[in-house]
Amino acid sequence: MSIENKTIRISLNVNGKHVEENVEPRLLLTHFLRENLSLTGTHIGCDTSNCGACTVLLDGKSVKSCTMFAVQADGSSIVTVEGMESDGKMSRIQEAFREKHGLQCGFCTPGMIMEAAFLLKEKPNPSEDEIRWGISGNLCRCTGYSNIVASVKYASQTLRGDSE
Amino acid sequence: MYPGTFDYHRPQTLKEAVELLESSRGNARILAGGMSLIPMLKSRIVSIPALVDIGKIDELKKVETGKDHLIIGSMVTDHDIEESRTVGEMFPLITEVSRWIGDPQVRNRGTMGGSLCHADPSGDWGACFLALRGKALVTGPKGTRKIDSDSFFSGPFSTSMNESEILTGIEFNQIDGMNGHAYEKIERKAGDFATVGVAVQISIDEKGKCTYAGIGLTSVSSSPIRAAEAEKEILGKPVTMKSIESSARIASEHCDPSDDPLRGSAEFKRYLVGICTKRALIRAVKEAGGVI
Repeated sequence: MSIENKTIRISLNVNGKHVEENVEPRLLLTHFLRENLSLTGTHIGCDTSNCGACTVLLDGKSVKSCTMFAVQADGSSIVTVEGMESDGKMSRIQEAFREKHGLQCGFCTPGMIMEAAFLLKEKPNPSEDEIRWGISGNLCRCTGYSNIVASVKYASQTLRGDSE
Repeated sequence: MYPGTFDYHRPQTLKEAVELLESSRGNARILAGGMSLIPMLKSRIVSIPALVDIGKIDELKKVETGKDHLIIGSMVTDHDIEESRTVGEMFPLITEVSRWIGDPQVRNRGTMGGSLCHADPSGDWGACFLALRGKALVTGPKGTRKIDSDSFFSGPFSTSMNESEILTGIEFNQIDGMNGHAYEKIERKAGDFATVGVAVQISIDEKGKCTYAGIGLTSVSSSPIRAAEAEKEILGKPVTMKSIESSARIASEHCDPSDDPLRGSAEFKRYLVGICTKRALIRAVKEAGGVI
């Protein structure tokens, strides 16, 4: 496939829905999600690959959507924070952030939730150190992280309770 | 931030990718994981007429093992390297280094191949590649060749590969004897580039004599470097605390760090190289069963 300075057709799955669009190769995945699909739950914090607010799952792996081109996601499955709830019911991770007050201004929260989803899939019973290491790519400028760590811990307990 | 416009190519095979690079006559760059290239394109530090995205070439995503060697495909992600039991059993240094790279999201996209080709002096893989005397497996229009780690980096952000060549994998050969390893990295904050990093691989025989010493340094020269003089100091004789200290001193004298406003003065980094080399050597020697 070779495209010269033109748009390219991509097809992917976003939150369970099939999506097809023509995009410029330079369009970032985060802009594709926010502007083309109006999924503004994914936030752009720093735009320099530092803060992790734009984290989404790409084929189950957490990625910074500001550091990927939409064309690279062609053929993939993406989950954004909008895809975490089902039938109007919050996921265990979202519930845990509410229960443990894991946010203040909320700007970093969508990225934290998506990174927590990746972390808990890889390590269902993480230690505090593993949680802190796991969210090291996500910056929060309000909470001081304690309640976020507590939220992820709590989510790990409720998720494991579900699977028992 | 939007990068400037570029032509986008997404070959499905290695052969197609090499043909695209050859026909672009130097105008195209390879897009691997994009963890360094995309931020540079976004901030417009670089502008590249055409990108060849090798993300869909499955043959570059394999970890292969032979009787005494390991080949990591150039597009295997840092995360998959970190999680690979085969890699951990054969070369635990590689696993240890992988955990220090960026953050989880970066490791989910970043690749060893992309990092080595980017040849950032601050990239953690360079020191590991040098300490293990890896070989870069390269394919170009004229066929394939192997480049020894010692001649791979040719300067800041440059390698001895030519513009139509693609790194397909990195080969590591098993080292005889009782092995020990360590990567000591100092970073300002979690996920940062190394202020200083020291990768050590050593091997000792049953009499305690050092039969292999590899010391690679991160962030202290214009490219990743091997501390060859420091290796000589411990090689071929029993390792003692005295030889470790002397090797660490030589490593700090032979590197060439620069002052930087974020991560400290050249003098400070030199000091850290001494500390990290000593710590890494002690840890590696103990793991190999050496008594010091």
